[in-house]
Amino acid sequence: MKSIISNINKVFESRIRLGIMSVLMVNPEYDFNSFKETLDLTDGNLASHLKALEEKGMITTNKQFIGRKPNTSYSATETGKSEFSEHLKALENLIKDL
Amino acid sequence: MKNDLNSFEDIKVIRKMMEESTRFLSLSGLSGVFAGVVSIIGAYLVYLFILDNGAIEFSTYLSGLTDPNYPVSGWLLIVDALTVLGLAITFALVFSLRKARRDKKKFMTPISLRMLLNLSIPLFTGGVFVIALVLADQLLFIVPCLLIFYGLALVNAGKFTFSEIFYLGLLEIIIGLVALFVPEWGLIFWLAGFGVLHIIYGAAMYRRYER
Repeated sequence: MKSIISNINKVFESRIRLGIMSVLMVNPEYDFNSFKETLDLTDGNLASHLKALEEKGMITTNKQFIGRKPNTSYSATETGKSEFSEHLKALENLIKDL
Repeated sequence: MKNDLNSFEDIKVIRKMMEESTRFLSLSGLSGVFAGVVSIIGAYLVYLFILDNGAIEFSTYLSGLTDPNYPVSGWLLIVDALTVLGLAITFALVFSLRKARRDKKKFMTPISLRMLLNLSIPLFTGGVFVIALVLADQLLFIVPCLLIFYGLALVNAGKFTFSEIFYLGLLEIIIGLVALFVPEWGLIFWLAGFGVLHIIYGAAMYRRYER
């Protein structure tokens, strides 16, 4: 039993983080406001999850200016991508054993 | 058990997010139905007023247009075609904007812009190509080429929206290619490609995603 669970990653346990990582797996870059809309979250809630993922080295932040407006976008790191793939495989295995 | 159900829900969330962040999902099936109906009405008006209720063959009419001694002008056909195009585009936008508002989604997103760009490149190419056909007096080939380039545009844009659009594009291309070899039946292929296919696809997509 332990072997199946072992790949389930604590960092991705929250649905919101799962959502963030899913988006970044299929988009090379995604900005804060688009995240807010896709995931339907408040600023504070989204920011705290993004920060947690960044601290774990799963995503990186790119701050830039579009005209005069500051724009923050995020990308998944290589570590983030491979850890998320492992997590996904583990989830699929759990379901297969049902 | 609770954990297993959670994993199932997790995977659903992942799929949903991956799809929503890479595809433009505000396209409404009603747009297709409306475009189909307008195309059929447009073709019927051509049959009624330009082809004199079937007394004149479509191909005879088209070849007549390039004959300086032929009494009929092509303006009515051009006005008819542009009106159909304008109405179809306007209502495609109206229905899709309405769907976006209902789903509380933004209409202008990086994805929708990418989709529009991918749609417009083949369409623009087709437009220029058709203008060249007109200048070269090759009017019979206009309808087949419109179908082919429209199909290519849909295939191209299909990557950024519902996958049905990709298959609709393939069918439009096939109809257009067949029409190339029997161009005198242009009006029939117009009805099939722009009328019937749009209605079938639009209605099916409306039932599947919007009810």
